[in-house]
Amino acid sequence: MGSISLKQVTKSFEQHEVIRPLDLEIEEGEFVVFVGPSGCGKSTLLRLIAGLEDVSSGQIMIDGVDATNLAPAKRGLAMVFQSYALYPHMSVRNNIAFPLKRAKLDKEVIAQKVNQIAEVLNLTDYLDRTPGQLSGGQRQRVAIGRAIVREPSAFLFDEPLSNLDASLRVNMRLEISQLHKDLKTTMIYVTHDQVEAMTMADKIVVLSAGQIEQVGSPLELYKNPKNKFVAGFIGSPKMNFIPMESSAEDNVDSIGVRPEHFTISTQEGSWKGTVGVSERLGSETYLHVDVENVGKLTVRAEGDCAFEYGDTIYLSAVAEQRHYFTADGTCIKRN
Amino acid sequence: MSIKNSNRSKLFYTGLAWLISTAIFFPILWTFLTSFKTEAEAISAPPSLFFFDWTLENYREVMERSPYFRHFWNSVVISVGSSLLGLLIAVPAAWSMAFNSTKRTKNILMWMLSTKMLPPVGVLIPIYLLFRDLGLLDSLTGLVVIMTLINLPIMTWMLYTYFKEIPGEILEASRMDGATIGEEILYVLAPIALPGIASTLLLNIILAWNEAFWTLILTAAKAAPLTAFIASYSSPEGLFYAKLSAASTLAIAPIIILGWFSQKQLVRGLSFGAVK
Repeated sequence: MGSISLKQVTKSFEQHEVIRPLDLEIEEGEFVVFVGPSGCGKSTLLRLIAGLEDVSSGQIMIDGVDATNLAPAKRGLAMVFQSYALYPHMSVRNNIAFPLKRAKLDKEVIAQKVNQIAEVLNLTDYLDRTPGQLSGGQRQRVAIGRAIVREPSAFLFDEPLSNLDASLRVNMRLEISQLHKDLKTTMIYVTHDQVEAMTMADKIVVLSAGQIEQVGSPLELYKNPKNKFVAGFIGSPKMNFIPMESSAEDNVDSIGVRPEHFTISTQEGSWKGTVGVSERLGSETYLHVDVENVGKLTVRAEGDCAFEYGDTIYLSAVAEQRHYFTADGTCIKRN
Repeated sequence: MSIKNSNRSKLFYTGLAWLISTAIFFPILWTFLTSFKTEAEAISAPPSLFFFDWTLENYREVMERSPYFRHFWNSVVISVGSSLLGLLIAVPAAWSMAFNSTKRTKNILMWMLSTKMLPPVGVLIPIYLLFRDLGLLDSLTGLVVIMTLINLPIMTWMLYTYFKEIPGEILEASRMDGATIGEEILYVLAPIALPGIASTLLLNIILAWNEAFWTLILTAAKAAPLTAFIASYSSPEGLFYAKLSAASTLAIAPIIILGWFSQKQLVRGLSFGAVK
């Protein structure tokens, strides 16, 4: 249970096409992350799957059944919203019990299930509080509890961590990943944070302007981006693009080098530059280097790097880690 | 210097506030005082404010001459009945416009409001004839219906603005959780919007209680509410100010008391959208 397939799905708001014809297969039990800049249509795509928006054309199949025109509740999916969307006037207990009550389950069964979920999510002590009396992390857990309790065939997460502070976000990220390992249920997760995408996903779907740029595992996208957009979006800090004199034979317009794929020398190299601001993190250092005729490049150096502001250094790119892009942004192989 | 200035402006604004409140409240106070005067004192010039012979004679006479409690009961039925019936229609209407709006929603809202700009006398004859043919003249049912229709645009507007403040995601969550539209409104929307719904209800009870055009025209004796009870003292033997004042005081007392007790709720509801 939990396979979802989109066939030529589109969505337009009045004249504006938000999702262009799009095909996507989500396998049972997969953790799929939709990632892209804001306004790329990733949340709309999730809402189409949830049934909160109607598709303009195309077909949505859930577990092999055509769900295109099914009401949200009939799709067997559960959703965790960015704002958590808890019912503010109900206790935590009633929030979690709400979907079960709507399904007209037995009172005793409901109580038992709620208690069980509360135990799993460490919410037992808070069952009689209202959402207003909880911290952000606890509210997030209640939202997840309300989703789990229905035993859906897939979970939909709409930027669930963006309202949390940084340290809590890392914790919740792990908890959600752990949950996926325990439940083995399909999860679709929307985020604009590529770190979340890289760390959690089995499969990443990179979206831009309402269409899929690339689908693949995190490392596949990192190593073999299809185009300049994916190359720039996946990886942190982002890939450096160095313009090149267009060569007639293969039309290469620029090369892309990730900050971690530079070698630094004080003697010689492909590019000569001046060290600008450096960010020392202890385990690594990010140097912002000003290179003549190229612009600013970000370079990652191992450990604590000894270069000072204004030092002149030479940079070279590791040969096998270069990415070549044509003028239209397509990544091509060149040996 | 600045402290002195701010004190002075505080004093000024406090004085101004008192002045305005007194001006607003004065007619009610004057009616109340006149109701305890004799008819001769009521029209004496210069008028006496507090120093006259207080008498309950007017109240005794008014209560004797007309069935106050029947009018009172009619007013309760008309105002509460029409407000509840109005809520039943306005809540789903406002829900659909607030959460499923289209590009024409604003036009529909404006159109609904525009019906309030129409002078009621403009539709007097058709409505009167309709009521006559349907046998609704001088009936509580008829008045409840007409009051509901009159206040429906205001109710829908008020509820619409309250509902707009509620994040749509909460309702979407309930839809994902398997709630039907009815359950969504009953279990999720209504409890969250309770302050707004309560103040809409209260305001409409007050508006319907005070409505004095249709209630006077469409009733005779049986269904006459307190507005008709007051009006009956302005004719035909000429004006008897003291008795008229006693009748008015009796008519407005219940709603002023209700307003007094629900003051907090009303202010909270009316400023619901202003401060988040």
